[in-house]
Amino acid sequence: MSVTTLSSPTLIHRQPNWLVRLFDYKPFLIVMCLAPAIGLLTVFLTYPLGLGIWLAFTDTTIGRKGEFIGLENFQYLLTDSLWWNAVFYSVVYTGIATFGKFALGFWLALLLNNHFPFKSLLRAIILLPWIVPTVLSALAFWWIYDPQFSIISYLLVDVLHWKSSNVDFLGSPWPARFSLIAANIWRGIPFVAISLLAGLQTISPSLYEAAMLDGASAWQRFRYITFPMMMPILAIVMTFSIIFTFTDFQLVYAITRGGPGNSTHLLATLAFQRGIAGGELGEGAAIAVSMIPFLVFATLFSYFGLARRKWQQGEAND
Amino acid sequence: MTDAVAQASTVTDAKAAPDTMAWDSGLRRLMMIYLPLGCFVLILLFPFYWMAITSFKPNAELMNYREHNPFWISSPTLAHIKHLLFDTAYPRWLWTTMLVAIGATTLSLVASTLAAYAIERLRFRGSPYVGLGIYLAYLVPPSILFIPLATVVVQFGLFDSPLALILVYPTFLVPFCTWLLIGYFKSIPYELEECALVDGATRLQILRRITLPLAVPGLISAGIFSFTLSWNEFIYALAFIQSGANKTVPVAILTELVTGDVYQWGALMAGSLLGSLPVAIFYSLFVDYYVSSLTGAVKE
Repeated sequence: MSVTTLSSPTLIHRQPNWLVRLFDYKPFLIVMCLAPAIGLLTVFLTYPLGLGIWLAFTDTTIGRKGEFIGLENFQYLLTDSLWWNAVFYSVVYTGIATFGKFALGFWLALLLNNHFPFKSLLRAIILLPWIVPTVLSALAFWWIYDPQFSIISYLLVDVLHWKSSNVDFLGSPWPARFSLIAANIWRGIPFVAISLLAGLQTISPSLYEAAMLDGASAWQRFRYITFPMMMPILAIVMTFSIIFTFTDFQLVYAITRGGPGNSTHLLATLAFQRGIAGGELGEGAAIAVSMIPFLVFATLFSYFGLARRKWQQGEAND
Repeated sequence: MTDAVAQASTVTDAKAAPDTMAWDSGLRRLMMIYLPLGCFVLILLFPFYWMAITSFKPNAELMNYREHNPFWISSPTLAHIKHLLFDTAYPRWLWTTMLVAIGATTLSLVASTLAAYAIERLRFRGSPYVGLGIYLAYLVPPSILFIPLATVVVQFGLFDSPLALILVYPTFLVPFCTWLLIGYFKSIPYELEECALVDGATRLQILRRITLPLAVPGLISAGIFSFTLSWNEFIYALAFIQSGANKTVPVAILTELVTGDVYQWGALMAGSLLGSLPVAIFYSLFVDYYVSSLTGAVKE
């Protein structure tokens, strides 16, 4: 600290007051620096998380404090066919959408890894679906899926003459389910592609040269260099993608609101319908809490399943 | 050049042997790269094109594909946008959204800069665990939290107030920003701070005069990213805001403009277009920061 010294007058500082000294005291400074972030996260994340688990064991409704009822909410859910429907569709939705996003996203990343003109412009354009508010692009999909004026139906019926009548995208369960999955894949591709592209660019070209000298085919180069080198980043991106696809809310709420006939409810939309719209906070919380085991399982599976192979092969972490 | 060819051929042909590399030009390149890329771009952009074209079409054309080519507008109109701006509370919604996004971004930036500085530069026992804890917070999805958070918001008397959103959004912004900024702080040489310490600067002076100016790209990345995420947020805004005037754009379009059985597609699409424009413009100005923050956060 600035202690007054004897030699030159320029080094003579004013004695810092106690406030300055206090803020330069490291433990105090650490607490002060962490306080806003930790405070916000504790009050609005950790506490609600605990409260949510507590609510799941009570019969709270909006405007009435609930009482502890043990596992009753969960027992009820196990007999509730709508909940089972939502679990089923959440798993199907996550499975197919994740597969689609990663297959197409990886392909797009490999395409973007080539050299061609206007590459950065193209990369910028491709991220657009991810930047624009999901609900607003979901509305565009809703309009694209319109039963009467769907542009896809127009293309298939009037331009290509492949079908004789309009496609009923959202009117019956399975088409509605797949329409939502398609919209989710559309929205997820950019994130996957750009993240994986960043991973692809870290792979040293000398590896490919060495493999080519050894006579490896293109498929072998992909299989034994690109793919293993991409494992760590794939594991992380996939973990994120699975978590946020499984808990997706916006797309379904905007396009079908769970319909037709509750066939497209995800757990999150069902929780909203029961908890906020229906006022049964306890039951809604129980539905939300029932997502946690799936999330933990998916995270462990994708993270350790993919990441373990990386360190088994003893690669540098870059 | 060699690596360009090597990479190009790796990714383009899945089956051919490496000695056919000379053929990797012309038609093959067109078929293997440009054609699929073109399809991707077409599909990824089509909903926006459709959104834009719908918002300028008169209702007559909107509902009549026989006489009007649906992919084009014969007589463009501003009626939908005029209806939106003057007959609905759309300007108010835009304003609220802007306010919430700026407030939440500022709050998260301050909190996460300080936290990242403490974790990365003040280094205390257990700082990696605090970092990990903040990272884990990022893995808690809003869909699990919104019901208990709604009761918390009611307890605090913030229900139906944009302030609730400003306070709640940092729960998903702070973990992201903190991790991004930790990465940036790591790249700043520690020697610079040591020099300043030797010269008698206080820690806060170091943060303000040395670390922060050097971390400006990181701050911009974190800032624009937070702004975009807050602008796009939906589930909290839907659950915590009830009165029409306080709604954010995504929620308001879905709950206030979707009325009755006949949807006003022109107005809906115009609303979506206008609601997407601010982030799209923001995005076009800072594309590189977006890409670096997206990939940086994933790599951390």
